[in-house]
This record gives sequence, C-alpha cells and structure tokens, in this order.
Amino acid sequence: MTDNRNNAAPIEVHDLTVAYRKKPVLWDIDFSLPEGQLIGMVGPNGAGKSTLIKAIMGLLPLSSGFIKIYGKPLEIQRELVGYVPQRESVDWDFPTDALDVVTMGRYGKLSLFGRPSKEDKEIAMDALEKVGLADFAKRQISQLSGGQQQRVFLARALAQDAVIYLMDEPFAGVDAATEKAIIELLGELKNKGKTLLVVHHDLNTVAEYFDWVMLLNLRLIKLGPVQEIFNNENLRTTYGGKLNLLSEMAEKIGKMP
Amino acid sequence: MSPELWVIFTAILAASACALIGAFLVLRQGAMLGDGISHAVLPGLALAFIITSSRDVLPMLIGAGAMGLLTAFLTEFLSRTGRLYRDASLGIVFTVLFSIGVILIAGFAGQIDLDQECVLYGEIAYTPWDTFVVGNTNLGPRAFWVLGVVFIFNIIFISLFFKQLKITSFDPALARTVGISDRLWHYLLTSVVALTVVAAFESVGAILVVAMLTIPGATAFLITRNLQLMLILSVLVGVASALGGYYGATLTNTSIAGFMAVAGGVIFALTLIIRNVIDKTQALSTVSLQKQAITPIN
Repeated sequence: MTDNRNNAAPIEVHDLTVAYRKKPVLWDIDFSLPEGQLIGMVGPNGAGKSTLIKAIMGLLPLSSGFIKIYGKPLEIQRELVGYVPQRESVDWDFPTDALDVVTMGRYGKLSLFGRPSKEDKEIAMDALEKVGLADFAKRQISQLSGGQQQRVFLARALAQDAVIYLMDEPFAGVDAATEKAIIELLGELKNKGKTLLVVHHDLNTVAEYFDWVMLLNLRLIKLGPVQEIFNNENLRTTYGGKLNLLSEMAEKIGKMP
Repeated sequence: MSPELWVIFTAILAASACALIGAFLVLRQGAMLGDGISHAVLPGLALAFIITSSRDVLPMLIGAGAMGLLTAFLTEFLSRTGRLYRDASLGIVFTVLFSIGVILIAGFAGQIDLDQECVLYGEIAYTPWDTFVVGNTNLGPRAFWVLGVVFIFNIIFISLFFKQLKITSFDPALARTVGISDRLWHYLLTSVVALTVVAAFESVGAILVVAMLTIPGATAFLITRNLQLMLILSVLVGVASALGGYYGATLTNTSIAGFMAVAGGVIFALTLIIRNVIDKTQALSTVSLQKQAITPIN
C-alpha cells in the first residue's frame, strides 16, 4: 500500500468545477492537502461541502478539472481512501446488524466471489470496539440511536483501513459525549499519520478540533493552518452578511490565546 | 404425476423464483421496476414470435430480456437527464413499450399464438398439457422445467453475489467508493428480474408476476431484519401463496393465478396485523417497566 504513496500530496484537486444541471455548485477549486493533518471543512449551507467530498470520492461527474490521490487517479487508489457519508444517506431500516455494516468496509478488498473472512470480521469487530459499540455488534441497525448509527459509519471507515479519510458531518446529531469520543478517535488516526478531511458545522469548535481549516463557499476561500487563516476577515468572506454569528465568533477569536 | 400436482409445483416454483429476486427489489425501493419489466417484455416476446415464428424458449428469453434491460436503461436515462422522478420515468417507458407489444400482437394476430388474456392472467391450469419431450420421454410440463432452472439460477446468482447485492442495496455510494459499481449491479439484478419475469409470465401472467415479486418480500420485511432470513421467509410466503391460491381456486372454481395474488395479499395483511399487535404489546410492556423503575419502593 505504501508503494502507492510516493511523495505526492494525499489529495490534489486541480481546476475542479462541478455543475448540477448546468448550474455550477463548485468553481475553480484548486488545492493540495498536507499529509497527516486533521482538516476541518467549513462554509455556509449550500457552499458545496458535501459536493466536494463526493467529487473527490468519484461519486459525481466533474465538469472540469481532475483529482489525484497521492499523485494517481482515484480508480487505482481506492483502497487508500475511506469515506464516511452523511448518516441520512442510507435507509437504516435495511435488514442488517451493526457488525455487518462495518464488515462492508472490507468489501473493496474482496475478490468477485470472495466472502468476508474470519480476519475481516475480527477487523470489523475491533473497529466497533474502538467506537465503543462492541456490545451492539449484533443489534439491528434500525434499533441504534442516531449517535450510534454515526459511530457505526465511523467504524466502517476504520475497517477500510485507509490512509485518507473523508467525512461528511460525522458530528451531525450526536450528543456531546459522542462528539468528544469521535474527535479523540480522529486525533488517534492523525497521530498514525492519516490525513482527515472533515465537514464541520460548529464554528465554535473549529480551533479546538482541527489543525488546518478549509473555508469553502462555491469557491475555495482559504486553506491553511487554523491559527493563520481562521480569522474574522476570512469568515466574513466565506459567510457573507451573517453578522450576528460573526460578531459572536469575533469575540471568541479575540479570546483565543 | 397427476396434472394437479404439476400445476401446484409449477405455481410454487413461479412464486419462489419471483419471491427470491423480488425481495431485493423491495429493499431497493424498486418494486415497481418489476411491474414495468413484466409489461415491457411484451414487445420482446412478440418480436421473438414474429422473427422465429416459434415458441422456443431461447428467442423469447432473449427478446424479453433485451426489453427488460431497455426498460431499466431508459428509466435511468430519463430520470437522470429528463428532470423526472424515477417512478414517472418508469411509468412512461413501460406503458409505451407495452403498447408497442399490444400493437404488434394485434397487427400480426394471424401469426402470433399469443393473446392479451394469456399475457395478463397466464394460463397455469393448462401447463400440464404443454410438455417437455426429450426423445420418447415425457418429462412433464415445459413451464415446470423452465421455472425450476430459473429458480435454481436465482439461488446461485444471489449466493454468489450476495455481498455485491447487499452493499449496493444498502449504500450504493459506499459501494462505488470501494469499487463495486452500483449501476452494473443494478443492471445485472434487472436482467435477472427480466429473466424471472419471462419464465413466470406464461404460467401466471403479468399481474401475478408483480404480486409475487412484491408481496412475499414485503411480508418477510415485516417479520425480520435479517437479510438471509428475509430471503428464506420470502420464498416460504411465495410457497404458501401458491398453495393457498391453488386450493382457493379449486374450491371456488376460479383463476389460480388470481387466487395466488389474493392469498399473498391475505398473508401480508395477517402479518401486518400480528406485527402491529406485537409492537404495541412490546411498547406497552416497556412503558410499564419504566413506570415500575420510576415508582419508589415503600
């Protein structure tokens, strides 16, 4: 696996434009992500955050531009990238249990006729344990709470054993304790040298959670270390006229060490 | 074997083959695709008759399979590019194809040994007399063998590609990101549905095919949240509908295919009622347990 990583950036996006029925939802996006960082992606609703994640994962047709994963196209680098979609993207009434969903994270490594081996099941079980759901392995997924379902998705990404993780709002609808557990887990992944790009909504916790931040609103506004670019001016450019929110933020940033 | 038994076994095989593959359609919220295909195959069958002027199974399967796939392709195409919801696209595609089939049959009426009645309602009661003869041996009804092969094929298809069918049904986006094409498997599943529909079509008719594709899977979905068990239960519900349909029709001297769908409907309704009663009882007992827990012990 390391053979594929060479010296290129984990994710390089060049001149990317994505359109939905001829209306562009992402314009001229151009960036390279640094390796081994925990990167938050913020921007207002409709800024194209999920679209960018999906475009990188190859789920949307690109109007222009290209994306490279460690210098090569996604098609030959799939195993390096793990994906955590939004929880609402699937039907949780589907007849399956938590362990089975996590085991799906291993399917990409199986042959056409291959079935998940004992080892795959153990890896899936370990992943469930890491997100604190070992006791829920055989629970039907419809009977899990929203926060537990979110953690099942996270465990599935862990089971993929990737080096880059793209996560679409992993904190949506989880309680404070779960959020803390998830961010600790993301920190552990980062410490193992993995690169994480995480869509995030709560501006209050950006500085606390992330090393780098990407400010997005149809265009890439800024990408860089939180201390350098997460300031009032850049947020104003990103969010436009939503001032009440911004003045609140300005106060917090003012208090930052 | 007596003609009655041949009819019963043919009905059971038709119901089982449909139930098995239909369970996946139910899970993918695509039950109406079965409806679309079962109608859209008509021009395929008509063309096969016109071109080969015979009732050979293979040209029929090819013609019908091609139309089934065409339905799936056109529906996807329209809903992707035509700014339409998928069900509206399907409604347009299959009705137009079906009508072309009706016109073909009407126009070539002299040459085609197939009428709309048979297409819609099937003629399972006559299957024992359309037999499969190899050399001098009469092996029994042709429909029985065709459906038997299709049923076994469905079992093999589902067991070999269980993981692909499961992941593309549950989370098509994840499937694609790990390199399992959701579109490819959608079309493969559609092809197998088309194959099953064509095989079952002749015996039980287009309407019952839809019933047998949908009702057993939907009933099993009410009972279990385990995919393997759901597939097994679907087949059992299919078998029960076939038996209920046969005996119901014999007692009342009516249509076997019609009674099979009604039997399936009754089984579904009973399951739904029992499910609701169980859920309510469970909810009540949970509430009373919580009340007990809250009440202080004096």
